[in-house]
Amino acid sequence: MNEETICLDSVRFYWSKKSDFKLHIPKLNIGKGEKVLLLGESGSGKTTLLSLICGFLSPISGDIYLNEQKTNNLTANKRDQYRSDNIGIIFQQFNLLPYASVIDNIILPLYFSKIRASRVLNQRDVAISICKSLRLPDSIKDVQASKLSVGQQQRVAVARALIGNPSLIIADEPTSALDTDTQKNFLDLMFKQIEENKSTLLMVSHDRSLSNYFDRIIDINDILVRED
Amino acid sequence: MLLKLTISSLYARLLTVSMTVFAISLSLMLYLSVEKLRASAYTSFTNTISQTDLIVGSRTGSVQLLLYSVFRIGNATNNITWESYEDIIKRDEVDWSVPISLGDSHKEFRVMGTNEDFFKRYKYRGDQSLKIENGKYFSDLYDVVIGSGVAEKLGYNINTPIIVSHGLRSFTEHDDQPFKVSGILAKTGTPVDNTIIVSLEAIEAIHIDWSSGAKIPGQETPVEQIRRMDLAPSNITAVLIGVNSKLQIFQLQRWINEYSEEALSSILPGVALQELWRIVSIVENLLLGISMVVIFTTLIGMAAIIFSSLSERRREMAIWRAMGASPKIVIGLLMLEAFIISSLSVMVSTFLLFILLYILQPWIDSTYGILVTIEMLSLKDIYIFILFILSAMLVSLIPAIRAYWFSINDGMTIKI
Ligand SMILES: Nc1ncnc2c1ncn2[C@@H]1O[C@H](COP(=O)(O)OP(=O)(O)O)[C@@H](O)[C@H]1O
Ligand SMILES: [Mg+2]
Repeated sequence: MNEETICLDSVRFYWSKKSDFKLHIPKLNIGKGEKVLLLGESGSGKTTLLSLICGFLSPISGDIYLNEQKTNNLTANKRDQYRSDNIGIIFQQFNLLPYASVIDNIILPLYFSKIRASRVLNQRDVAISICKSLRLPDSIKDVQASKLSVGQQQRVAVARALIGNPSLIIADEPTSALDTDTQKNFLDLMFKQIEENKSTLLMVSHDRSLSNYFDRIIDINDILVRED
Repeated sequence: MLLKLTISSLYARLLTVSMTVFAISLSLMLYLSVEKLRASAYTSFTNTISQTDLIVGSRTGSVQLLLYSVFRIGNATNNITWESYEDIIKRDEVDWSVPISLGDSHKEFRVMGTNEDFFKRYKYRGDQSLKIENGKYFSDLYDVVIGSGVAEKLGYNINTPIIVSHGLRSFTEHDDQPFKVSGILAKTGTPVDNTIIVSLEAIEAIHIDWSSGAKIPGQETPVEQIRRMDLAPSNITAVLIGVNSKLQIFQLQRWINEYSEEALSSILPGVALQELWRIVSIVENLLLGISMVVIFTTLIGMAAIIFSSLSERRREMAIWRAMGASPKIVIGLLMLEAFIISSLSVMVSTFLLFILLYILQPWIDSTYGILVTIEMLSLKDIYIFILFILSAMLVSLIPAIRAYWFSINDGMTIKI
């Protein structure tokens, strides 16, 4: 693989000097268009790793590259901008602004990223068409996000992550709040869209049974070096 | 987009937000009404007497002269002789003059001797004149005209007999010469309301049998004889003067103050009223101070409400960050919220103020004689509003900075 979307090089991070959780990743590469599942039990540092990749947190030492761009020495403002231009993020739960309409939630990233906005001609129309391909009923587009079911909320979150076609989708246990049937349905729809967009996907889960959706499975314990 | 979302966010918390707005509005309204009342009291007070250019009395301080001649509080140390009065009004500068004679009382009210000119010349609140509400001005020697307050408190009507007491709070009464009410004046909100007005001749008449403040023993001139006597007054207490041209006021004032036959003082009522107001206004400053404290308290209350909403909105901050909002935008969102809440409060409080004034105006006018004018907000009010909104935003910085730390530290971790 010659083109890397994510590249970590001897990244170290700890929350505070006193905390016993210390993260050290000598090497992690994820290629363009790869769909990667990151497995690990709860508390193993998966979310912390995603926060580092997304630039919410800065490593104590080491380098993080996204699309060949070193992000850890960007200013905080530039890093925020870089994130909104290049990454679509899906959380485990409570992804949406509860008081805003479905459409407003979906097009919100375009407000912060000119690059993503420039790829979308008519924001409302595009949002509606993504909703349609995610099988969201047409009637919900102007409904308040708080009125949706959890499964619908997660699909709206996917639509929001995908709009404007960012190169990387980061999803932190997006299915853990869903029951098994909804889970499968959700993943089918999400993968179809990601394939179409040719985005790179890094998804976190502790559920090994999802493995067959992905190109590559990474167990966090295999890339982490424990140090005590 | 941000504004729209902030508004829908506030709308989603309608109950808390509207209660906050209501609390802030009430305290703002309290401040505004105190301020309004203060301004109106000042206007009413300084308009107790208008269009009179000079008040003349025997040599004394200006506040004291104002107090006894206009407010009928305290006493003149000396009288002015009728000769001095005639010397003054002979001057070219003088357009009109009204002599006033004070010293006697009836129950708790002062009796003032004057002539018909008083009703024509005494003006208040700019160009308001005295009006007879009931009956007529005096036509007989023993007629009195009473102010509305006198009529109300003593329950007097036309033809009610009145016995004038000698001096103030004295037990010696001029009971040999009873008066009767011929007219009742309409309410003015000035000390005239609490005055009993008789003619100068009547003052002279009831003192026929008196000499240097004491009744001459054994002497009792019958009323019939008094009516035939020459009752030209020999002394008066004060004079209200109007000049031909405002430019001559100081010239006349200097002449009176340097008058050699008798030690006289003349004052400009407007200036003396201001001086007196400064003494009275300590209370109003206190009130103003209190309402400032109330506003300050509500501002802190607002910060507390934003603060308490933060923990439940921590999640929301993380979403904004994930969308690419910088922490500065997170701060901006909360300040925008404070801006909307405080601006709404300003509007509601203005609205409430107008309703309150509209309801209370007649009552304040009739009870305290203060005319509260209902008019558009002054420039000063607008400044206060801007200052208030700015401080609301400043205060909201405290929770906003906390939200900033949350959003930096949480990263992608879900904290609910
Ligand atoms: N905001 C934070 N401040 C301090 N410690 C944290 C914070 N978030 C997570 N941690 C700690 O970091 C470790 C890894 O947590 P996390 O990355 O959330 O694990 P996972 O997502 O795999 O369940 C845990 O020990 C947790 O207590
Ligand atoms: Mg996690």
